Amino acid sequence: MTKQTQYTLDQLDRKIVVATQSGLPLVPEPYEKVAADVGTTAEDVMSRMQKMLESGIIRRIGAVPNHYTLGFRGNGMSVWDVPDDKIQEYGEKIGALDFVSHAYHRPRHQPLWNYNLFAMVHGRDRDEVLTKAALIAELLGPDNRGHEVLFSTRILKKTGLRIKA
Amino acid sequence: MDSIDRTIINQLQGGFPICDHPYRVVAERLGIEESELIQRLEQMLEQNQLTRFGPMYHAERLGGGLSLCAMSIPEPDYERVTEQVNAFPEVAHNYARDHELNMWFVLATESPERIASVLEEIEQVTGYRVYDMPKQHEFFVGLKFEV
Repeated sequence: MTKQTQYTLDQLDRKIVVATQSGLPLVPEPYEKVAADVGTTAEDVMSRMQKMLESGIIRRIGAVPNHYTLGFRGNGMSVWDVPDDKIQEYGEKIGALDFVSHAYHRPRHQPLWNYNLFAMVHGRDRDEVLTKAALIAELLGPDNRGHEVLFSTRILKKTGLRIKA
Repeated sequence: MDSIDRTIINQLQGGFPICDHPYRVVAERLGIEESELIQRLEQMLEQNQLTRFGPMYHAERLGGGLSLCAMSIPEPDYERVTEQVNAFPEVAHNYARDHELNMWFVLATESPERIASVLEEIEQVTGYRVYDMPKQHEFFVGLKFEV
């Protein structure tokens, strides 16, 4: 993780977030367009977005690929029960694998749910996901005290995260 | 989709510049015209090969609450509970998964404090327990999705 400075959003920052959260304008001067929409100058928009980027409010600026339409149809949520005192080490190792898109430490709910490490695994189909999950199991060795791969069977709702104006 | 599209996807998952003519800067790096880059991005968005192009915001750092929640719903009640859960505007994504915990959704609220009260409302309306699994730590994940 890069070191991040604290930055508190003001009203104009929030307007910029609302204006860009579904995408940056596809015009030669996109920040100028955003500036016109929120009522300031392009320089102001650029300096505010730069600060949001440096402070981690903006994770990154770029293209978000659609795994599914690009042929990665088998995404599986792999969940692992690993010793709590080693979760940092394993989380970093697993997050660095090229087929893992997200890795999180989450709470257990025993006895129903013993897993504390979540890793989203992408593959072209379920078999490939399971093969890749086996690589994670290998990496964990005896510290893998149990795991499962949960596949989604249906999207029940998908609206995305949006803040209000 | 050709090799230029693939290069765009592979090289542009982050680091898009903040400057007056950012598309021109990137296009020069890729050896194509600015207009061609814009047109290719438009097309990949239209064809849903990209879900979005622009800044990705960090929900919690915007001041909101975020959590992953799971429920175990018996089949006869599944459709009813799905409707009830989806009716909450705070439920952003909801997936059916093949597990005893067979409903998984992401809650996004205006403030972190709202998470607990929305969870309670969902439990009251549906009559089923909600397992709250907020992230305790997010491990660094590089930009590495390649096509």
